[in-house]
Amino acid sequence: MAMLTTCVVVLFGLSLGVGPAEVNWRDSFAALVDDSYGPLTLVMREIRLPRALLAAVIGAGLGLAGAALQGYLRNPLAEPGLIGVSAAAALGAVVALNTGLAAAMLFGLPLAALAGALVAVFLVLLLAGPQGGSLTLILAGIAISAMASALTSLVLNLSPNPFAASEIVFWMMGSLADRSLVHLAIALPFVGGGAVILLRLGRGLDALTLGEDAAQTMGINLSRLRLLLVLGTASIVGGATAVAGAIGFIGLVVPHILRPFVGGQPSRLLWASALGGAVMLQLADLAVRLILPDRDLKLGVVTALVGAPLFLHLIYKTRRGQV
Amino acid sequence: MSATSPSEQPAHTPPAENLSIQNLSVSLRGRDVFRDVSFDIQPGEFVGLLGPNGAGKTTLMRAALGLIAAKGNSSLAALTAADRAHAVAWMPQAREIAWPIAVERLVALGRLPHLPQGARLTPQDQAKVDQAIDQMGLQPMRHRAASRLSGGEQARVLIARALAQDTPLLMADEPAAGLDPAHQIATMEIFARLAQEGRSAFVSLHDLGLAARHCTRLILMGDHGVLADGPPDTVLTPDLMAQAFGISVWHQQTAQGPVFQPLEVL
Repeated sequence: MAMLTTCVVVLFGLSLGVGPAEVNWRDSFAALVDDSYGPLTLVMREIRLPRALLAAVIGAGLGLAGAALQGYLRNPLAEPGLIGVSAAAALGAVVALNTGLAAAMLFGLPLAALAGALVAVFLVLLLAGPQGGSLTLILAGIAISAMASALTSLVLNLSPNPFAASEIVFWMMGSLADRSLVHLAIALPFVGGGAVILLRLGRGLDALTLGEDAAQTMGINLSRLRLLLVLGTASIVGGATAVAGAIGFIGLVVPHILRPFVGGQPSRLLWASALGGAVMLQLADLAVRLILPDRDLKLGVVTALVGAPLFLHLIYKTRRGQV
Repeated sequence: MSATSPSEQPAHTPPAENLSIQNLSVSLRGRDVFRDVSFDIQPGEFVGLLGPNGAGKTTLMRAALGLIAAKGNSSLAALTAADRAHAVAWMPQAREIAWPIAVERLVALGRLPHLPQGARLTPQDQAKVDQAIDQMGLQPMRHRAASRLSGGEQARVLIARALAQDTPLLMADEPAAGLDPAHQIATMEIFARLAQEGRSAFVSLHDLGLAARHCTRLILMGDHGVLADGPPDTVLTPDLMAQAFGISVWHQQTAQGPVFQPLEVL
């Protein structure tokens, strides 16, 4: 835990210090707090600070949502991106942008994304069910992802927007480039609110380790747990997707890596995955900026490149019953 | 609720019975599983629930707990989830351990209903956990991941978890299935000791020999209801065994206690 926290802070510093404007570290950090640096202050406060903050907040949210979903479904393959929740949130966001809803009301964009995420989480729970095996879960996820992506493409396809193609790329792949503090203000209440809900579910998720019947007789109200889980996950993914597009695999990779370190206990995995998610997304965002700084590498591409092989490995292990 | 929690004074049980069922009926998909089942379980009783496959043993126990919808009354189903967790511990037949949690942490989950949100185990809680681990002979494997143990070992871990919940009534669905003979007997003796301490145990069983030797009372299910309910001698009769299971039996009082052996299919 302490190590993870340190990592978050160090990476946050790194993230602030890295960018296309070639300035030394001392000046960068001085500019952050001191107005006298002119344009550098602007760069630090308006470009790098929001980006670093968003990476930490969204990463933490996605890691947490993944850990909570896995705990509830008792399935290490559950993940908001993989089971279509992120794609549905992206669909909500795209619809909001294209119908003018986003411009019409303050929280129009994140609320629409949240609605999309809600529908998707609900559908997954309905289709895969809490005792549903890995296969039903993944099939449900594929179906919902495919549907949401197709509808997103359709909306953009039909829109008069000349940049539709690049918009599709943004919403499908996710990115933190050129975000401002306004974006942070949009995402933070939703991610934070969802996190508060999910972090309180640890006890119920622990009890669920023993199955639904045992959990219920240990005093856990399952329908309340399910409702809170759906709301919390949707709120986090909705808020995150509204500003950063669909970023996959954080919620899959992070809990998987950290599970052995917390002794497998779902409640302890929640906090660890939040910190771990922040670390991983900051790392990915740094990689995006350092590897190909002038080619606008998408964040979701990097997380998928890391996550997809691990996903295959997990499926292989699940099939052999070793997870 | 009284101010004293059941964990501190297990023998002190103001309501007379630990479980009271009246006219309980369950039908699934239009088919009656059982009708009008009524019985009470008093402190000090170790009740074995017998019956052929499909007689509705699991359904009866789940309905008594309020886990499935049923007509009629059950004292446990009437409680809130939180109160019920102080009244009964339940070990389901499906031995589910989803994550590789260490045995001692898994047994400690049994203390969850006694802890406020986010609180850590108190020394008293830890003592209950250690006692349950000792009782089930899990000391040598207490740091191993429970999900990687053998089936019988997992069953013992789950029984320990239910023991750690430390409730006036313990209900278990086929806890002895898959255990080696030594642990079967040890498990039955633990349930019998709970009963001697003034609590009660309600356990479904397929091993009639174990039921004959250890239970204080047996309930035999069949024909959509209770066929017989009473001390083992009155239930394990050749007639009832033939009617419920279609088997002939050998049942004798010996110097080593009652011995019961199923013989042939009739």
